[in-house]
Amino acid sequence: MARTGFYQSSLTKKYVMALAGLFLITFLFVHLGINLLVLCKGSANYEARELFNIAAHFMGTNVLIKIFEVVLFGGFIIHIIYGFVLQIQNWMARPKRYKKENFSFTSPFSKFMIHTGIIIFIFLIIHLFDFYFKAKIYGDVKEVIYDGKHYHDLGLLVIDKFQHLGFVIFYVVILIFLGFHLHHAFQSVFQSLGLNHPRYMPVLKTISLIISIILPLGFMIIPLVIYFGNY
Amino acid sequence: MNLTLKIWRQKDAKAKGKFVTYKINDISPDCSFLEMLDILNEQLVEKDEEPVAFDHDCREGICGTCSLYINGRPHGPDEAVTTCQLHMRKFKDGDTIVIEPWRAKPFPVIKDLIVDRYAFDKIIQAGGYISVNTGGVPDANAIPVPKEKADLSMDAASCIGCGACVAACKNASAMLFVSAKVSQLALLPQGKTEAKRRVQKMVAKMDELGFGNCTNTYACEAECPKEISVENIARMNREFLGAKIGGNKKEK
Repeated sequence: MARTGFYQSSLTKKYVMALAGLFLITFLFVHLGINLLVLCKGSANYEARELFNIAAHFMGTNVLIKIFEVVLFGGFIIHIIYGFVLQIQNWMARPKRYKKENFSFTSPFSKFMIHTGIIIFIFLIIHLFDFYFKAKIYGDVKEVIYDGKHYHDLGLLVIDKFQHLGFVIFYVVILIFLGFHLHHAFQSVFQSLGLNHPRYMPVLKTISLIISIILPLGFMIIPLVIYFGNY
Repeated sequence: MNLTLKIWRQKDAKAKGKFVTYKINDISPDCSFLEMLDILNEQLVEKDEEPVAFDHDCREGICGTCSLYINGRPHGPDEAVTTCQLHMRKFKDGDTIVIEPWRAKPFPVIKDLIVDRYAFDKIIQAGGYISVNTGGVPDANAIPVPKEKADLSMDAASCIGCGACVAACKNASAMLFVSAKVSQLALLPQGKTEAKRRVQKMVAKMDELGFGNCTNTYACEAECPKEISVENIARMNREFLGAKIGGNKKEK
């Protein structure tokens, strides 16, 4: 067949999509782990937000992490672009739609991956402007000193943000959609890569369900605790 | 049973097509779905109208000729049957039944409810075979085949190529069909020799014909009249990945 320009088979695109997605899930775990530190209140050994600010400082300055940051952005961009390309091809494969659409008894979340994906994508941009760009570009973040060293008080930025109820609700709602996306995403990776097995697939589906609950729930705890707790 | 039918009518491949509503009365619940359409057609002929064109052949669920997208489901509301095996007792008196052709870019409508499924033949021609020169009949036990593999291969081979998977898929993907055809051969020693080349050629042809991509929704498996498992899709993904990584030089 004629392979003009950039040709990739549908399966190759699926592999890339799956691997990029799996990578993004691992990122979410790291992201959650560090974020939860913001909830650590001060004690005799350290000040409030100290652990979070030091961790954020490490993530922002360590050379290896900085290289990985580029890889991470690449992962996001690839996952998003491939998602759109695959979806457009899928729409094109059925130019004339049905009058009475399919209502097969299958996972409802799998049918709306592009929709939940777009919601998460829009959120991602807002989220980056809220925190990442603020810290990296504008630099209008207060400084704190621990043991004579200067750190950005990013923890304060987070806590200030989540004093507004609207913001808290916005994050919680978006995170529910992230859960829908993840519910199909994780187990789907193994099907796409052909790594399925009748014995392990039910286990992977259970893990997928657990991930889709604990990741969004973990992230949700942060705005909720900040808003309702005394921060 | 008295029914209202909303049927897609399209004069030929180029015509625009539209839904036409028909009332049909006194249908027995024991009547098959295609017999019900036969009755409708007889009434249309008597009225000097053009009968509804639909595909059918064996009418016992093995040839893969019948199609029809009935009330949002390929082969209608029953599980694991083709349209010809569907009976009117699955509907209620007074129901409105929407009957549409398969909708997919590679399956253009020829007339009314008949679509051109030649795309599937093209995929088979691309590699869905074993190249064996003619010769004497080989001894049945000359090549040992494990029972489990033979069973899996037989399950995959039960695909009748009706196209319900494509019709059911929200992406009009042909993955279930192609993976069943890849699997039935790749699982057996006779098919192993050409397995790497086969999977690449069949996938390339599938893409070229304009079928959609798989998003692991599994509507295909849910609607397949032969209950072909999506494990075949995973097997094809595995075979293809293996062929890309461990295969010989690029296939032309």
